[in-house]
Amino acid sequence: MSIRSLTGRGAITRRRFVIGTGLWGAALAVPQRSAGAYAPVYTPASGRPDPLPGTRFDLTVGSVPVNITGARMHAVGVNGSTPAPILRWRQGDTVELNVTNRLDEPSSIHWHGIRVPADMDGVPGLSFGGIAPGDTFTYRFPLHQSGTYWYHSHSGFQEQTGLYGALIIDPRDGYAQHFDRDYVMVLSDWTDVDPEDIVSNLKFQSDYYNFRQRTVDTFFRDAHRQGLGATIRDRLQWGAMNMAPTDILDVSGIIYTYLINGQSPAANWTGLFRPGERIRLRFINASAMTLFDVRIPGLTMTVVQADGNDVEPIPVDEFRIGPAETYDVIVEPTADGPYTVFAQAEDRTGYARGTLATRPGLAGPVPPMDPRPLRTMTDMGMGNMDMKGGMAGMEMGSSPGKPGEAPASGGMDMDHMDMKEANRPGAAAMDMPGMAAASRHKTELKPGVAVQSVAMMPINRLAEPGDGLENNGRRVLTYADLRATIPGADPRPPSREITLHLTGNMERFIWGFDGKKFSEAEPIRLTLGERVRFVLINDTMMEHPIHLHGLWSELENGQGECRPYKHTITVKPGERLSYLVTADEPGLWAYHCHLLYHMEVGMFRTVVVS
Amino acid sequence: MIRGLIGGTVLAAGLATAVPGTGRAQSVPARQSEGTQEAQTASAPAPVVYINGIQPVMDHNIYMHALLDQFEARFGADGGQFRYDGQAWFGTDYDKLWLKSEGTVGTNGKFGDGDHEALYDRAISRYFDVQTGVRLDIDNGPTRAWGAIGVEGLALYFFNVEATAYFSDRGAAGRLQGSYDILLTNRLILQPQVEMNFYSASDRARGVGTGLSDIDTGLRLRYEWHRKFAPYIGVSYSGTFGQAADMARSRNERVHDLNFTFGIRMWF
Repeated sequence: MSIRSLTGRGAITRRRFVIGTGLWGAALAVPQRSAGAYAPVYTPASGRPDPLPGTRFDLTVGSVPVNITGARMHAVGVNGSTPAPILRWRQGDTVELNVTNRLDEPSSIHWHGIRVPADMDGVPGLSFGGIAPGDTFTYRFPLHQSGTYWYHSHSGFQEQTGLYGALIIDPRDGYAQHFDRDYVMVLSDWTDVDPEDIVSNLKFQSDYYNFRQRTVDTFFRDAHRQGLGATIRDRLQWGAMNMAPTDILDVSGIIYTYLINGQSPAANWTGLFRPGERIRLRFINASAMTLFDVRIPGLTMTVVQADGNDVEPIPVDEFRIGPAETYDVIVEPTADGPYTVFAQAEDRTGYARGTLATRPGLAGPVPPMDPRPLRTMTDMGMGNMDMKGGMAGMEMGSSPGKPGEAPASGGMDMDHMDMKEANRPGAAAMDMPGMAAASRHKTELKPGVAVQSVAMMPINRLAEPGDGLENNGRRVLTYADLRATIPGADPRPPSREITLHLTGNMERFIWGFDGKKFSEAEPIRLTLGERVRFVLINDTMMEHPIHLHGLWSELENGQGECRPYKHTITVKPGERLSYLVTADEPGLWAYHCHLLYHMEVGMFRTVVVS
Repeated sequence: MIRGLIGGTVLAAGLATAVPGTGRAQSVPARQSEGTQEAQTASAPAPVVYINGIQPVMDHNIYMHALLDQFEARFGADGGQFRYDGQAWFGTDYDKLWLKSEGTVGTNGKFGDGDHEALYDRAISRYFDVQTGVRLDIDNGPTRAWGAIGVEGLALYFFNVEATAYFSDRGAAGRLQGSYDILLTNRLILQPQVEMNFYSASDRARGVGTGLSDIDTGLRLRYEWHRKFAPYIGVSYSGTFGQAADMARSRNERVHDLNFTFGIRMWF
């Protein structure tokens, strides 16, 4: 595997530059100096940011030869490398980025989570006209914020094919948390398959990449464990909805290789440390379609930042990170390790893996993947039913009766909720506020071509770690844990609510909001300066990381004034959540699901602030 | 500011709504309120105009696929036959051109049961599409033309079904097809399948009779070595009934025909 070094002549004349060198890294240990450079050069593969922030960068988007799976492929990278260079900026500076497109198709770079003027946001059609082949576009904007962010292409599927990189803005007044060492941990999903083929295959057969469906074999095993009747009822219940509880991620480890800083599990990205140090790990989920569950066996991770904003430190063993989210954690290894950084895909079809070690070449034990989750009736928007108490969905066993319990809520047709069924004893535990919410918003939305189901009883799931993480014996971060270190900047209550349903039809691979794709819907209009509450109801049985460009999303997670400011909010299946937005920056902003293929097929809206 | 190139593109496109030099799009105030959002401001503005007409996502693309569900040799008491049954579609999420074709080369070497349809397909519900168009019976027998209207989709419990009615000056006809995938493993799949044809009037030249005329059914075990390439083995049964059976007998053809089958299911 190699990402070739492209030390173009032009590079040396630039004031600041970053180049890619061999992924297999000698680069890991020592900062490399390249002939003629003034400053140490850190490769993106090393995970090490440059020690000094810069203000002017020349970035060249182009094709990069890679070999991640054993096949020689071309990725889309920046300055000869994928992931793209780690950019380090300083709060208060104005940065200038000259982006040259050397591809034979239009490109763009979006600064994810950075509060920029709308014409600097890098979304073709909304912010600017894109960057045509051969052209250079100069982005220039002041940095009001600090934190860990990332940048990526907003053109076609270039984000899937490699155009993403880490971005760090050092706080003007220093870090709230002391640390001795700093690594970015860019998680991504690489495939040799052409993204156009992926979306086309999903349109034809939505479970194309799912080879973990329930079979005759699992039927008999479940029947043995929890009884034939319960198993049959369970199968009939899912069958009556034409849905499968095994729908976890649309694109799986069948074609994905999961990467840390561009390196496969076999390549084993390694970050060096000395025992006793405090290490800041800046996790960025730059994947196209993958939620990761991250842990470092043997180390407690203290979460200190989410989506670039400081939160009260929370010690955890594990956290789930949706596409486009970032979490900064601090670990303090007192022993030599080596420690394995283990990031398993939510569907457990693969994992990204790296190592924290005291010297290169070491590898810690790699834990087995957890049982895959199975979706439950709660995920189907049926509210909080009786299966919650323990077993919300692990396959294989350890849990006698879990899939068997699910049917107790049984046999509901999504089209016409059968109240007789709902009145069964199991339904007594339904979350009443959720139910009220459901009846309030259920009015117009009906199942149809673009809406496979409508959540009957969407509930608050902020305090849940997520499917596949319940009761795993580890302390797992939840959204309810996130408490900002400072109160929100805008104390005004919202003047109105905008309710949006996250909808889709898995069978047809159609995704949208309120049953409409981008091209069928009106934009969302906000008045400059107004404060609104966005209410999201996830009618689908998958998580959707919803990203609002240009404006903060203040998650209403029960932390009062100290709501966490986020740029991307992962909404669980069957969940209803809300966040506050102050529309303080005019222009056209993208608003979309950050699962790339969901976005591209229509789970996207334009937000107009004027 | 070295934004000239992009600014230039915007200017070249000459969009009234693009602000020269910044490439910034804007929305123009206007009259009509739309109503997807509650509490719209009284003077809801006009549609957004996208810079250079660029759509930020391409959610209305046309996709094209073809599926050869049966592509098989059949061996029975009377010798070997070849049969295919395929579909292809071309279009968007909602509107498609849908082609279907099937036929059998019998033990006598003649191409029979040749049914070819060109349909307009419209998605109408979560799992069902309505299809309208024409059916042409083209094979070694006389040619017939029909108008066609039907539904195709996924019935509850993941049953694939097709039900189509046909009309011509010779009367009406109907076809029911269904199949179901039983996952023995995630790659080894057992598929029962059935096709039944009904006619309101007999057509001796084509060997079809009033009422239930014929059935073609099979049980196939395929291995999805690749999603798009799955070899299979199985048994198939084809039979004629009522008048059609009488016609078959009079031609010394088999009324009930059981065959060992192997083939490849593939799609593109």
